[in-house]
Amino acid sequence: MRKVYSKIEDISGNVITVEADDVRYGELALVQSAHGASLAEVIQLSYNKVSLQVFSGGRGVSTGDEVRFLGHPMQVSFSENLLGRIFDGGGRPRDNGPALEENLIEIGGPSVNPAKRIIPRNMVRTGIPMIDLFNSLVESQKLPIFSVSGEPYNELLARIAMQAEVDMIILGGIGLKYDDYLFFRDTLESGGALSRTIFFVHTASDPIVESLLVPDISLAVAERFALKGKKVLVLLTDMTNFADSMKEIAITQEQVPSNRGYPGDLYSQLASRYEKAVDFEGAGSITILGVTTMPGDDVTHPVPDNTGYITEGQYYLRNGRIEPFGSLSRLKQMVNDKTRKDHRAVMDGMIRLYAEYKESLEKKSMGFRMSDWDTKLLKYGYLFEREMMDLSVNIPLEGALDSGWQILADCFTPDETGLRTELCKEFWPKKSDGEKATA
Amino acid sequence: MTHATGKVVGVNGNLVAVEVEGQVALNEVGYVVLGDQRLKSEIIRIRGKRTEMQVFEMTRGIGIGDPVEFTGELLAVELGPGLLGKVYDGLQNPLPELAEQAGFFLERGVYLDALERGRKWKFTPRASVGATVTRGDTLGTVPEGIFEHRIMVPFNLQGSFTVEEVAGEGEYAVTDTVAKIKDERGTVHTLSMVFEWPVKRAIDAYVERLKPADPMVTKVRIIDTFIPVSLGGTYCIPGPFGAGKTVLQQITSRNAEVDIVIVAACGERAGEVVETLKEFPELIDPKTGRTLMERTVIICNTSSMPVASREASVYTAVTIAEYYRQMGLNVLLLADSTSRWAQAMREMSGRLEEIPGEEAFPAYLESVIAGFYERAGKVRLKDGTIGSVTIGGTVSPAGGNFEEPVTQATLKVVGAFHGLSRERSDARKYPSIHPLESWSKYPTIVDPRRAGYARELLFRGNEVGQMMKVVGEEGTSTDDFVDYMKSEFLDAVYLQQNAFDPVDAAVSTERQVHIFDLLFDLLASSLKITSKDEVRSYFNALRQRFLDYNSAAWDSDEFRKLEQEIRGMIDEKRGDYEQAAKDLMAEITA
Ligand SMILES: Nc1ncnc2c1ncn2[C@@H]1O[C@H](COP(=O)(O)OP(=O)(O)O)[C@@H](O)[C@H]1O
Ligand SMILES: [Mg+2]
Repeated sequence: MRKVYSKIEDISGNVITVEADDVRYGELALVQSAHGASLAEVIQLSYNKVSLQVFSGGRGVSTGDEVRFLGHPMQVSFSENLLGRIFDGGGRPRDNGPALEENLIEIGGPSVNPAKRIIPRNMVRTGIPMIDLFNSLVESQKLPIFSVSGEPYNELLARIAMQAEVDMIILGGIGLKYDDYLFFRDTLESGGALSRTIFFVHTASDPIVESLLVPDISLAVAERFALKGKKVLVLLTDMTNFADSMKEIAITQEQVPSNRGYPGDLYSQLASRYEKAVDFEGAGSITILGVTTMPGDDVTHPVPDNTGYITEGQYYLRNGRIEPFGSLSRLKQMVNDKTRKDHRAVMDGMIRLYAEYKESLEKKSMGFRMSDWDTKLLKYGYLFEREMMDLSVNIPLEGALDSGWQILADCFTPDETGLRTELCKEFWPKKSDGEKATA
Repeated sequence: MTHATGKVVGVNGNLVAVEVEGQVALNEVGYVVLGDQRLKSEIIRIRGKRTEMQVFEMTRGIGIGDPVEFTGELLAVELGPGLLGKVYDGLQNPLPELAEQAGFFLERGVYLDALERGRKWKFTPRASVGATVTRGDTLGTVPEGIFEHRIMVPFNLQGSFTVEEVAGEGEYAVTDTVAKIKDERGTVHTLSMVFEWPVKRAIDAYVERLKPADPMVTKVRIIDTFIPVSLGGTYCIPGPFGAGKTVLQQITSRNAEVDIVIVAACGERAGEVVETLKEFPELIDPKTGRTLMERTVIICNTSSMPVASREASVYTAVTIAEYYRQMGLNVLLLADSTSRWAQAMREMSGRLEEIPGEEAFPAYLESVIAGFYERAGKVRLKDGTIGSVTIGGTVSPAGGNFEEPVTQATLKVVGAFHGLSRERSDARKYPSIHPLESWSKYPTIVDPRRAGYARELLFRGNEVGQMMKVVGEEGTSTDDFVDYMKSEFLDAVYLQQNAFDPVDAAVSTERQVHIFDLLFDLLASSLKITSKDEVRSYFNALRQRFLDYNSAAWDSDEFRKLEQEIRGMIDEKRGDYEQAAKDLMAEITA
């Protein structure tokens, strides 16, 4: 039996300090207070002073409360019994099922040896042209949805999850609104996916320190399933809440902030989570789709900014559509040369023209005369937004490519598209009103 | 001499405080002993008996009182034959070998030999017994891939020595004795093919530094023609995320005309290194007929790997670069991203509670960045041969704003600036290097006056473009409009380059000079067209041909056919040279 300490010297925010011996960095302790027991994690050692971060928060902890060290770091149970279950951020059941104690594994383990990684190669089809055609999603990718609050990002996340061909889904909710949690549960249930889903949900009303555990718990479990051969899709929503929790804790610990109050290691902290996305040679994979809400719609805000530097692209959701600018799948070129040979050219060409359309639109809004070229571009932009960007469009990639050529032919001559001659020869729709558009 | 020992008295993230018995040095390596694991660490501050160490591993599980063993050695790398083709972490731990031992994950506390001990090298002696040698002199050579790897007098041996013995021609392992040399006091030093060098000190066993003047051809048109880099020079690539920094470095690592490339993947995505790692052993370098891997060393300390070894990784990389430079080779070091290295310093500085500078970066940020880039250079070695280290670093500015400490500190010291623009990458104009804001102090591969003329045209086109936004196309004169279209055309067919097209991806100097001349004639001439719509469709059609031409293999039938078509189209509409071009041509021929 390990020693119990009952003299807490210091309580500051969610961090308490006790004098104790034989404690190890990262170890867990149980803090027993009048309001119940809470786990706490050792975050600093200095001689015999031990600082702990209390998962349920420092509020209500009194200096006379008992602290018992457990001799191990944070763990979670791992087995098939997790499937279909719903837990909170600390790994306790949120449904009425039993607590799971078997086969405990550590969370936040070491990273994968880069030499053991393989080049991603499988496209994840979603039926959304702005994804499949323009920014293909790839198995083992880590990719967030950048969004302002109020956008249907959780709907988009759920839709991709339902449509993607994966073996199982782990939903990590961080500061999730209760309604959104229910939305995910109901959507996955009505889609028949509940039995292959595990929830680790920290809701907006739960203690803030617990939110920090969600990505690590979700990813530790995902990693074990992936090693057993499962294709796992991990959904993390909303990672901005995760970063904000880190910020809050860093500030109470009086760390020097680097940028708008966020700690200097924000990048490394986010990276150590997102980098868990992997394709294990000879086993399964982890694909991470996250949500990063952008305070003030500002992509240069530290959270989206650091995220963008870490993840393999981002889907930029705005006005209910995935914007072509700002959106990016960095892994698309791994797969989009194996789909159809016009894929890359249509992708590049259509975006380039859409950029020109935006310029014409600007000119128009300033009241300039529209040249023939501008007129064509305006028509193009209209069709592009209707046939490609509208989120209600649900067609396979090949359909989206055909539709792309049709839009081009409806608006331009082959020369005007900037697409290579041989491709135009092969794919240009035979009958089109392109001539009319020129006239 | 016995080395110091100590005990852990504090742990804060990857910073461990240790109370020391004995003498220690700044940057000395020590190991925190945790059960049967020994965790490598480096002293980064000494205050009386208390030292602070950055641990190059996860610190979970360390407790107060854990023993620490010091080594008396500074953080160093192993130098010798067999570095080429290797994949190391930031501390020169070989990752594929580690994977063989530990499996999928990076197990902490496992340190393997950087150079294979079992491998034999064919040694040919060069120095003769009785000869006088000093550090850096060649004692013998072994073939390493296509290179003659020089086995040199270790750079840390000061003074002059007499060669006592040299091994005969034969097969030796790196640790076998290949020479004995005697110093002025009569002490004999036994030398093998491997020695260590502390990474934070520049290797300085050369006669003099020379001004970088010869081009380091990247085969990227916009770089080589407009914002070139020289062998031994430095350049930086700042840009917001997704603008194309990594792709540009990957392209350069493949195509650059240098002998050896050191890739330092510093604190960014592991997946990006994997591409290089898996593809290079398959890609044949047309110049040598060998795989690209044989001219490459990868230092890989990606974002989820320990942050302290990230800080060390750029030094490991540059030390290996300098080592091969000592053999008279041209080495290119590509670091992606130097911002992650700076952030690693920031994390440590924060834990040390140093007084922070701007954005919480340490106050010494600028001098450390300058010191790193100073390790680039072209040098004349003692035997008269020339070697160089060229350094290209990406910068990942917070918020994509170049007015931040790392970008600013870097811009002060580099010789070329390749700034990537979000606007251009959004419009899929790759490589998204901003043609107007970027600059270089190094000479171009084409005729500099004509390059200057073309660059002027880009500025002019941009001006007209800005003006058109205010007055509209109708308010713009046809002449101005022609300038605008010319600059757009130059952008589309020359500045932009398709990295995924097998031909367009890498354009030789010869081809660049050839097409630049062809383009120049068009850009410098007036056009016999009067309506703007006609101008537009002319350039559209020409652009189309030109893109096809860019994809046609050099000097193929297709290439010649398209060139003829293009020349036809140009000659049909081309008038006289513009006055400025006439003056220029007169000056060139004079
Ligand atoms: N030269 C290029 N040609 C085509 N696509 C490119 C090019 N450079 C970048 N891209 C696209 O942009 C994406 C991001 O590029 P990357 O180099 O990873 O950006 P950064 O390192 O600046 O964040 C790539 O995945 C690719 O889709
Ligand atoms: Mg990058």
